Amino acid sequence: MNQLLAVLIDGLIYSSWLFIIAVGLTLIYGVMKILNIAHGSLYALGAYSAASLAGYWINQGHAPMGSYAMMLVAAILVGLIAGPVIERGLLRFMYGKDEIVLVLVTYAVFLILEDFIKLTWGVDPYFLYQPYSLLGSFDVGNLTYPVYNLVLFGMAVLIGVTLVWVLTKTRRGKMLVAVIHDREMAAAMGINVSLVYFVTFTAGAMLGAVGGALTAPMISVQPGIGAETIVLAFAVVVIGGLGSLPGAALAAVLVGLVRSAAVHYRPELDLFAIYFVMAVVLIMRPKGLFSVQEARKI
Amino acid sequence: MKRDFTIRTLVGVLIALLLAGPLLPRWAMFLITVSLCYGTVVLGMMLLMRTGVVSFGHGLYYCLGAYASGTLDVLFGVSDIAVMLLAAVAVTGVVSALLGLLLRKYRDIFFAMLSLAFSMILYGLLLKTSALGSSDGFNVAAKTLFGIRIAGTEFERYLIFAVTVLIAFVAAVCMHKYLASHMGRLAGAIRDNELRVEYMGASVRNTIHVNYVMSAVLAGLGGALAAVSVGHIDPEMSYWTTSGEFVFVAILAGTGNVLAPFLGAFIFETIRSFAYEYSPNTWQMALGTTMLLVIMFLPGGLWSLFTRMRRAT
Repeated sequence: MNQLLAVLIDGLIYSSWLFIIAVGLTLIYGVMKILNIAHGSLYALGAYSAASLAGYWINQGHAPMGSYAMMLVAAILVGLIAGPVIERGLLRFMYGKDEIVLVLVTYAVFLILEDFIKLTWGVDPYFLYQPYSLLGSFDVGNLTYPVYNLVLFGMAVLIGVTLVWVLTKTRRGKMLVAVIHDREMAAAMGINVSLVYFVTFTAGAMLGAVGGALTAPMISVQPGIGAETIVLAFAVVVIGGLGSLPGAALAAVLVGLVRSAAVHYRPELDLFAIYFVMAVVLIMRPKGLFSVQEARKI
Repeated sequence: MKRDFTIRTLVGVLIALLLAGPLLPRWAMFLITVSLCYGTVVLGMMLLMRTGVVSFGHGLYYCLGAYASGTLDVLFGVSDIAVMLLAAVAVTGVVSALLGLLLRKYRDIFFAMLSLAFSMILYGLLLKTSALGSSDGFNVAAKTLFGIRIAGTEFERYLIFAVTVLIAFVAAVCMHKYLASHMGRLAGAIRDNELRVEYMGASVRNTIHVNYVMSAVLAGLGGALAAVSVGHIDPEMSYWTTSGEFVFVAILAGTGNVLAPFLGAFIFETIRSFAYEYSPNTWQMALGTTMLLVIMFLPGGLWSLFTRMRRAT
């Protein structure tokens, strides 16, 4: 019973993390039909910037509680700078090309950003432990968890709820959904699709960076975290259905619980379990769990 | 009627490499061997791209081929290159035949993602298998070739080089003949318009399946040859970034001709070796920038430069 509880809680925590890293990817795909491999390096950029800024803040002797704000500020800045640069500077010229070509373009951007990170921050790992340890821990039964994991869970819920609210209750959000469904019709109706793309990509970049910033206190920030994370994000996004936010949430929960069970009962299968779930879901529902039936265009 | 110089060029390159081999410095021979291994894998990728599907998971077969040939020594005590290559072909053939049954129904992003998932499954399995060395991998030593002992002799490097060159040559010639055949031309038709191919009575799925198996076997051969010449294999061969490199070389080279993958692989390996040496923190950036430039200005890959020059004359 105790182990089951541990599996559930660990699974939910991991699911929150998965959701945060995957939501930006699925948003960008849904609107722009681009599978953004560069999302991985935006995540890494967010982690590194958060580690640098929050680390600097703490080293200067300011209130440690402010480091949380610094992490988010760093992530938002990364999104606000990298997003427009990539979208306006490069992707804008590639719209209309084949989906796979766009994937390769984002892969090229990923490679460039990976080296940019190595050049800027070096290859040594960074440690930002203060935000993680500052909040202490709490007990559930005889299991102890850091309070930071609650923060992670809270942020995931907050991000999910905010996005759903923006997309369904605000006027701009509904215009975005219109672009998701039919780009040409939306443009014919007078929606500025170019602006929607710009805003979406920047928002997706910010979400990716926020994911990285929130993860930075839990890991050692080093080269390669982008590559590891992007495959996990792919798995979650593809399982849930590309472009679907509820799909990403459900997929995150599914993958999180499966992986948590694997870690507790058969640790050597934990990496295998995630991709196995992805393969199984793709076999049973080829377009993911929450996929829209599309008419085939001849 | 455009004259086809491909076979002649291939024979010429074969003879040149075999004759020049003993005269080349060790590092050059090694560089060419590794590029030919990569080139064989990319030859398979080229076939798939001509069929209209891009696989982001060919590292799976590259790794399977390498591990199939590498574990022969551990399991059966066999370290003959010929047997290793046969094992690689057999294992990758069987696995791709099975996986191909599933993959042939998918296209575009989903084909790429599903193939990526399978390659990451193998990566995850190998990473956690301490018997196979986990993330360190293990060393592979080929001791005989068709029963003739080569390890430790002065001809070892040259024989491995020669075997690689010969296999690459045979693969290229067979692929060239295949692409000119009826089924090979179907690949291009599928890329253009699948529905019309079905209306004409050919089976799209069967063709994709056959092409997939062929490309997987080529990748397995490349992996086995790489294992023999490099001497070390690790789970990283199945990681998605390795598959990404194959895709990159395939884009760089273009799908115009069977010579293109080998040319592209050679250029890629050369740049990578020298970039690692002089500037290890910027070579990925150079790779990414090159890929962007090729996509934007040379969508047909480097080979389209040759066809353009020929047309100009």
